[in-house]
Amino acid sequence: MHTKRIIPCLDVNNGRVVKGVNFVNIRDAGDPVEIAAFYNKEMADELVFLDITASYDARKIMADVVSRTADQVFIPLTVGGGIRTIEDFRMILKAGADKVSINSAALANPTFIDDAASRFGSSTVVVAIDAKRRVNHVPGYDVYLNGGRVNTGKDALEWAVEASRRGAGELLVTCMDTDGVKQGYDIELTSQIASSVEIPVIASGGAGAFEHFHDALTTGKADAALAASLFHYRDMSIKDVKQYLKERGVAVRL
Amino acid sequence: MIGIIDYGMGNLRSVEKALQFLSFEVKVIKTPEEAQWCEKLILPGVGAFGDAIAAIREAGLDNAIYEAVGRGVPFLGICLGMQLMFDLSQENGLFEGLKLLPGRIVRIKAASHEYKIPHMGWNSLDILKQAPLFDNVPQGAYVYFDHAYHLKTNEDIVSACSEYGIAMQVAAQRGNLYGLQFHPEKSGEIGLRILANFGGLS
Repeated sequence: MHTKRIIPCLDVNNGRVVKGVNFVNIRDAGDPVEIAAFYNKEMADELVFLDITASYDARKIMADVVSRTADQVFIPLTVGGGIRTIEDFRMILKAGADKVSINSAALANPTFIDDAASRFGSSTVVVAIDAKRRVNHVPGYDVYLNGGRVNTGKDALEWAVEASRRGAGELLVTCMDTDGVKQGYDIELTSQIASSVEIPVIASGGAGAFEHFHDALTTGKADAALAASLFHYRDMSIKDVKQYLKERGVAVRL
Repeated sequence: MIGIIDYGMGNLRSVEKALQFLSFEVKVIKTPEEAQWCEKLILPGVGAFGDAIAAIREAGLDNAIYEAVGRGVPFLGICLGMQLMFDLSQENGLFEGLKLLPGRIVRIKAASHEYKIPHMGWNSLDILKQAPLFDNVPQGAYVYFDHAYHLKTNEDIVSACSEYGIAMQVAAQRGNLYGLQFHPEKSGEIGLRILANFGGLS
């Protein structure tokens, strides 16, 4: 039976995981390799590394982190953050990542998606979309850049369909309004996008309770749900989330 | 030594690292000459079928594969590598494969909107032939998939299926030939067990 995925996201700065505290049986809460191995044991279905390093050497540092993780952890690994060129893309894949997530670079130049898909295969291309609900009762969502600071004016649903048509293998959809608030994913956003594209959609932004995962994966029509701080701070374990989902008839790998 | 065939497409590092983790001696091979010295061969791959088969023929690796398979060398195709072992594929046209095994590769038809294309994520195995690759792998074990095309064969070579609207044929074997549609190198403990079973073949 095909299962829904639960994906922890690790923010990595200069090769170190930020926000990681309170891990049981982990010597170094900032070591991406140790944390990846820990999540693997907890039945994470995939791992996402989000590179927030600002320095010039960011991609090289990340490639090293990916390589050391892929030596020991044998589940799918997606890397995002700061990927601007085909060369960046290639470097991260070569280090051992399975998928690369692109965001700003695809918005600046949508043919980047076509190029990456034709060179490395659609299965390696994840397009990340940061969306924000329009205000003053205007329907729909705008796509934002730079962590929600710059409105591109692009419609999130249209962009999702375009990214899919250009060869993206998967969409990582984050709602900037619900992100970090822990009141649940934006179900309207994920269900609208998931209903309009053939490719899988990962819901992101807003998980704070078990039922939020359930909502995203059922009414939200998402194929996977991503969370970061919730898992890092041990508010809940991935296994507990999956057990909850299983008891409510959602197919998960346990 | 296990040779991993590099025809310039896709990411071989994961397969290499998984085998090294299992303490097998591994070599990435790019020429027909290098293939001669391998006791086992693995054909991995992501990307498009047409480009891949062209690259393999261009490098003369097709003949090296036929020669090795003829010698009885255990041969494992993974994902696109598995698809390349069959007669032909309908991916973006019609392309002939290596014809090591009978069958064709067709696009996944979504049975409903629930079924996304690509088939991406973890799905359970309905194992039809346990030995040798699925030794110690329980019925219903989960493995990781990422593909938009799948195998269709009428021959009795299918060793496992997974439900995806249909009973999708996801593993095949005949003699010294083995094909896996899923990624054992990305399927956690279960995947490592399958790779260890292949590495342990004599």
